[in-house]
Amino acid sequence: MAAEKKYITDIGPPHYREMVHPVLLKNYGKWRYHEYVAPGVIKHVSMNGEEVYMVRAAVPKIVSVYFVKELCDVADKYSDGYVKFTSRHNVEFIVTDKKKLDGLLKELKDRGWPVGGTGRSLKAIIHTQGWVHCHTAIIDAPGLAKALYDDLYEYFARDDLPGKLKIAVACCLNMCGAVHCSDLAFVGMHRKPPVVNDDIVSRLCEIPTLVASCPTAAIRPAPEKKSVIVNEERCMYCGNCYTVCPGMFIHNPKYDCLSMWVGGNAVAGGPPEFSRLAIPYLPNNPPRWPEAVQAARRVIEVWIKHAKKGERIGDWIKRIGWERFFTLTEIPFTDKHIDDFTFSLPTFRTTTLFKWK
Amino acid sequence: MSETPLLDELEKGPWPSFVKEMKRMADVKPYAKNVLLQLERSYREKVTHWKHGGIVGVRGYGGGVIGRYSDLPPEVMPTPEVHTLRVAQPAGWFYSTKALRKLCDVWEKYGTGFINLHGSTGDIILLGAPTGNLQPCFEELISIGFDLGGSGGDVRTLSCCGGPAFCQWSCIDTLDMYHELTMELQDEIHRPRFPYKFKIKISGCPNDCVAALARADLAIIGTWRDSIKIDQEAIKEYARQGVNISGVAARCPPQALEWDGKELRVIPEDCTRCMRCLGALPKAILPGDERGVSILLGGKATILQGAFLGWVIVPFMKADKPYTEVKDLIRRILDWWDENARTRERIGELVYRVGMRTFLKAVGLPPVPQMVYLPRANPYYFWSPEELEEVK
Ligand code: HEM
Ligand code: SF4
Ligand code: SF4
Ligand code: SF4
Ligand code: SF4
Repeated sequence: MAAEKKYITDIGPPHYREMVHPVLLKNYGKWRYHEYVAPGVIKHVSMNGEEVYMVRAAVPKIVSVYFVKELCDVADKYSDGYVKFTSRHNVEFIVTDKKKLDGLLKELKDRGWPVGGTGRSLKAIIHTQGWVHCHTAIIDAPGLAKALYDDLYEYFARDDLPGKLKIAVACCLNMCGAVHCSDLAFVGMHRKPPVVNDDIVSRLCEIPTLVASCPTAAIRPAPEKKSVIVNEERCMYCGNCYTVCPGMFIHNPKYDCLSMWVGGNAVAGGPPEFSRLAIPYLPNNPPRWPEAVQAARRVIEVWIKHAKKGERIGDWIKRIGWERFFTLTEIPFTDKHIDDFTFSLPTFRTTTLFKWK
Repeated sequence: MSETPLLDELEKGPWPSFVKEMKRMADVKPYAKNVLLQLERSYREKVTHWKHGGIVGVRGYGGGVIGRYSDLPPEVMPTPEVHTLRVAQPAGWFYSTKALRKLCDVWEKYGTGFINLHGSTGDIILLGAPTGNLQPCFEELISIGFDLGGSGGDVRTLSCCGGPAFCQWSCIDTLDMYHELTMELQDEIHRPRFPYKFKIKISGCPNDCVAALARADLAIIGTWRDSIKIDQEAIKEYARQGVNISGVAARCPPQALEWDGKELRVIPEDCTRCMRCLGALPKAILPGDERGVSILLGGKATILQGAFLGWVIVPFMKADKPYTEVKDLIRRILDWWDENARTRERIGELVYRVGMRTFLKAVGLPPVPQMVYLPRANPYYFWSPEELEEVK
């Protein structure tokens, strides 16, 4: 009998030296410049003149192991058995032999894997897990992302938009993604306070933690039932209490909905900006959320029509003013748009300088 | 009749379909099919069917596995355990196909075969395995060179941009720093003991391709302290090709560039390193030589008090291998946060609650004007007893 195997832990991720394409390693830290060759294709040139083409293609967020093996087949054929993924979850093939470029592009086309996402294009949509994984999901982010992609498909492979277009979708307010700093974003929302299940709360939840979890102090202890009471007027349906305690059931398909946000960005070129509320209510309408997709398209089309070259949605709105944004997009402005949470004061207009529409 | 009429709608359209991908697994694995059918039910009822949490894991670790149980009765969902593993990605998300194929084989054996490449934090997400498979799956992952990432109140899996592997702007070795810090923090990543999550992300230059500033509790961003380097020959070449150099100079936000038709000069002390001119004239302009990192603290999404963007706590720090200064600073910050935070209070919220003054003193960082846009406009500031002692 062999000796008992040692239990190994804490090895960390595979070392990058074994994962990075050898030509990239050879020129590591010695890159000179890059060039956009075509949508989805970037040429990197090193100090010693070596050229590498990175070809970017989109991958659905949920894939099968068979799909990953197909990615590997393509990488074996065209990029010497190496691939990389981008921070927005596209795949990139690393082509060192220019002669292979056309073959790769053709193969990607035949397989139906969209190539693009470079320069002034629609970037990969960052989205969260949704109903396949998460107990707090109000909408299915993968499904809405797919519906948006189908509609906005052309913009992924076009790099002549006014600026980059970064879209994010989060299925609940936890926002496991970059929703709070995106050009355009959707977030699943509740519209009713949680329903307290005293039995579950008393058995499974720590009351002080639960009380402290509420950002508006809407939850108060009810010692007589070892549970809590919600002051419904103070509740803004954030769902944080449900995250810490399963007895605060907040899902309510009859009222749950989507919201749309615009104008955020996370670039360092100027200070980053938060996304701002554009539409407080859109119906949660699976499987293809037509109202949400149409709302996105409307804002994108108005932006394309009116923005100057180089302006992302937020830059454009900053130049024309929010009042003009609501006029041009014909989105109704409501009391929901005026902030009444923390840090709201700096968003109030403290000047008489504004446009009429 | 199809069992998934609603999801079938998402097989249509030009974009690759995740439903098709799920069906490929469902066709061969009844376990994966159960998950697909539950998803269809969520589409029908517009509500999730996962219960809250559930503690599962692998021996010796506290994080890296998310417990998932279906809330449907067994006659509807016969395999209620569908746990998720977070597997730490190699630096910069680079892979050999050899490694990826092995990963697929392990996952096909133990789980649904559904994968996210990648989760929004950066891990490889293996979606759905029953409790009994977690331990053997983990051990086999280890045997092929992969390890779990973070979850819960721990240091989460780090992430970094591809940096020096293909980008001329990287001021630091992002991949190496990612790997070194990840190895340094293995215990903190795998064994949650902190008040809440703590995210670290590394970008090679101010372009910040991993959006560290908006998403990381600690953002490490490569930068330089001297001047951008301008290759005047390359500038002339751009001008010959008709590139509008004066337009580039005009778009420099602090007006640090001067173009006289022959030479493009920079006023180094006015440059804020916004990267615009480097992006516009990549063949001609490169970052300076005195390189290091800026460190920003506190970035996070809305939950709970509102979204925070990271703010500067260190404008410049050398960051050469083995990154001792960066590691020491991270440890001081983690210790102070661990001692002072309330349950589920992120570092940014803690600093906001107790004040930068207290934070800077505790971790031993000097206050500098680069930390703020504006100095205070109210008269309510504090003096410590030691400071008053000095006034005799
Ligand atoms: C306390 C509530 C939660 C908050 C505030 C939260 C927030 C976040 C954020 C902000 C990210 C991404 C950050 C980044 O861009 O790096 C993230 C990642 C993620 N979240 Fe959540 N989340 C919460 C609960 C959950 C739950 C309940 C699930 C599902 C069970 C979940 C699943 C995920 C997954 C799979 C990722 C990607 C992880 C990775 O790549 O390692 N989250 N979360
Ligand atoms: S956004 Fe909400 S529902 Fe979606 S994965 Fe994150 S916590 Fe879950
Ligand atoms: S949903 Fe949010 S606001 Fe409402 S009670 Fe729960 S924690 Fe408080
Ligand atoms: S953050 Fe900077 S160094 Fe890193 S990949 Fe982006 S541009 Fe290059
Ligand atoms: S990096 Fe930005 S601030 Fe510096 S010179 Fe170039 S454009 Fe101006």
